[in-house]
Amino acid sequence: MVATMTIGERQVALAISIFVALCGVVLAAASGSDPLLVHGIIIVLAGVAGVFIILRDYYAPEPGPERLSRYYDEPIKAGIIAALAWAIVGMFIGDWVAWLLAYPDLTFDAAWSTFGRLRPIHTTGVIFGFGGNALIATSFHVMQRTSRARLPDQLTPWFVLAGYNLFCILAVTGYPMGITQSKEYAEPEWYADIWLVIVWVVYFVLYLRTLARRKEPHIYVANWYYLAFILVVAMLHIVNNLALPVSLGSAKSYSFFSGVQDAMVQWWYGHNAVAFFLTAGFLGMLYYYLPKRAGRPIYSYRMSIIGFWGITFFYVWVGSHHLHYTALPLWVQTLGMTFSVMLLVPSWIAAANALLTLNGAWHKVRDDATLRFMMVAAVLYGLSTFEGSFLAIRPVNSLSHYTDWTVAHVHAGTLGWNSMIIFGAIYYLVPQLWGRQRMYSAALVETHFWLAVAGLVVYVFAMWNSGITQGLMWRTYNESGTLAYSFVDSLVAMHPYYIARAIGGLMFLVATVIGVYNVWMTIRSVPAAEGRPVADQPASLPAGEAAAPARG
Amino acid sequence: MFGTHYNLERRSIRLVLAIIVAASIGGLVEIAPLFTIHETVEAAPDMRVYTPLELAGRNIYIREGCYACHSQMIRTLRDEVERYGSYSLAVESQYDHPMLWGSKRTGPDLARIGGKYSDQWQVAHLRNPRDVVPESVMPEYAFLARASLRVDDLPAHLAALKRLGVPYSDEMIANAASDAFGQASPDSDKASGVRARYGDATLVSLFDGDPRAVTEMDALVAYLQVLGRLTDVAHRQDDMGGSLE
Repeated sequence: MVATMTIGERQVALAISIFVALCGVVLAAASGSDPLLVHGIIIVLAGVAGVFIILRDYYAPEPGPERLSRYYDEPIKAGIIAALAWAIVGMFIGDWVAWLLAYPDLTFDAAWSTFGRLRPIHTTGVIFGFGGNALIATSFHVMQRTSRARLPDQLTPWFVLAGYNLFCILAVTGYPMGITQSKEYAEPEWYADIWLVIVWVVYFVLYLRTLARRKEPHIYVANWYYLAFILVVAMLHIVNNLALPVSLGSAKSYSFFSGVQDAMVQWWYGHNAVAFFLTAGFLGMLYYYLPKRAGRPIYSYRMSIIGFWGITFFYVWVGSHHLHYTALPLWVQTLGMTFSVMLLVPSWIAAANALLTLNGAWHKVRDDATLRFMMVAAVLYGLSTFEGSFLAIRPVNSLSHYTDWTVAHVHAGTLGWNSMIIFGAIYYLVPQLWGRQRMYSAALVETHFWLAVAGLVVYVFAMWNSGITQGLMWRTYNESGTLAYSFVDSLVAMHPYYIARAIGGLMFLVATVIGVYNVWMTIRSVPAAEGRPVADQPASLPAGEAAAPARG
Repeated sequence: MFGTHYNLERRSIRLVLAIIVAASIGGLVEIAPLFTIHETVEAAPDMRVYTPLELAGRNIYIREGCYACHSQMIRTLRDEVERYGSYSLAVESQYDHPMLWGSKRTGPDLARIGGKYSDQWQVAHLRNPRDVVPESVMPEYAFLARASLRVDDLPAHLAALKRLGVPYSDEMIANAASDAFGQASPDSDKASGVRARYGDATLVSLFDGDPRAVTEMDALVAYLQVLGRLTDVAHRQDDMGGSLE
């Protein structure tokens, strides 16, 4: 990585690393006996590691000007590897906590090993570690290809990637020590949040700088989605994490908001994290990799536009459907429900646009597991957005809320939609980026696909069953007009489903491990492709190569 | 419409601005009025703030991620009211920075758990839930009884909350550490100060049954025992035959 930077960039990188290390020293020094001390040390180590990596290659020869005629793909490779590493960690912890619900004595009487402390490692690991790295890596790839422009420099993408992963590491090392804000999917504390703001602003500026260099007059639809992802996530992150630290030496902070206002801000954030992290960004992925792999242009330009603006506008209203029948004023609940139902229209337009793109290429879906990953992703995107709109209807929500049905819904989306499109993109990208003829084993891609689908089905059916059972038991009355079941009765009924869920999750985890092994072997042992692929050269691309939007 | 867009997608800054506008409207319409419309939060003149010990317990509840499995929000549904007590009102979490309404009930709702069980039951249950509820899947929290509670930073915690609008008095802040000790030490001379500052109804108890030290177990049980009892406004609504859907 350092060898591809200019001397000036190496110097700036060195300065940034030293600055990060100094920030860590300040936090550690201020922390006293607070658990913040550990995070101060981790930040110091990250800065020192940066210094070492830069100094190791500091005197390597500078890259020549011929680099500018090529795309800058080094950070994309690193992002893919980081995403895969986080996938293993996040899914392993997820399956571990799933077993804890079936066998709760697996905690060894240690504070760090309880469900409550481990569970956010799973959610952060898979959403931000796996999903986030995949989003950043693919966005670097897509923005260069669709703009036919190289990234503007060799330092910023590394800063974004390394900085983002430092944030993820601070997050997941904090939870076992008990450092958390308790806001779901926004658990990291104030100093990590501030750091992420810095990283994110740099990421946004990098995106705009690349777009400014584009040789295509139009900004392709995938970039609209990536832009919405970057912009709105910044907005959500900053507002929801507004908090007052107890002191500079304390990891603990108190949210600016309280009670009902905090609940609304939190679920405005929470649901739009789903909307703009797990949907908009991933639709960006879908809109580039699916047409590329299928060799077909996007079915409809107009559907792309309606889908994009519908999703961007409607989604922001729907967070209050997490708060039906609560102390949130009814008018906000009603608005949330109404927009949730309306949201189905742009969601299905986006999904249909992807699936209709496959018209004329369905034989490829049959033969090519990589394209099949993307197809299943689009289908599950359509199914889970339907389920989401359905669950947002107040009377339905009265049954489903607080139960495992929500968990089923989330995992149908994350396993079926997000993971599938990521792996589709990765199987597309890895041979191209590493200049290999093909993936190491097509059979293993097939195995990954079918095992992942099977795990998904087991998981989701188990949680549907348990969620609906739970919801019904809680509201069942006996003939004398009193509640028929105690809470514990419903818990006992969950046991077989919790085991089935953990098995489904394990299948998905094993499928992921197979995928990682296949990627690893592709990089290590598949012979290099002959000649440089055309996709590697921004200036000399034929006009059709840059996936310009189809007009129609 | 599509012609306009054809031009919009050629200008990155305009596209960015359009995204910001489109994505801001919903949040502004739904969130901003919650801070200005008076009826959003009911009036409850008897509402008291958390004592330092309860606040420390609340922070342990957050630290351990209890909210991942326990809600603190009873919905306006008949079966919930019959199972857990009167439905939650906005004012009851008025001083909760952040709120802990939760989103999942792997375990039961805790909004009105305060006073339902004895201190002894809570401690035994936290030490090993399966000792008292054999079917439970909750983790063991015996380690809380072994950890002494950090009290030296409690004044800073109360001061931070005061800056965010929680009505802690300067006296409460100054005495935070000793009040935390006093609330868990009924026989000490510091116990009376807690009641003087936080009201006669404040539960002063030995909580974990061990008089030698104030532990994290003391704090968490003190917090659990006050849940739903900071104000009785919800129960008064019951007397009036509070209507349900």
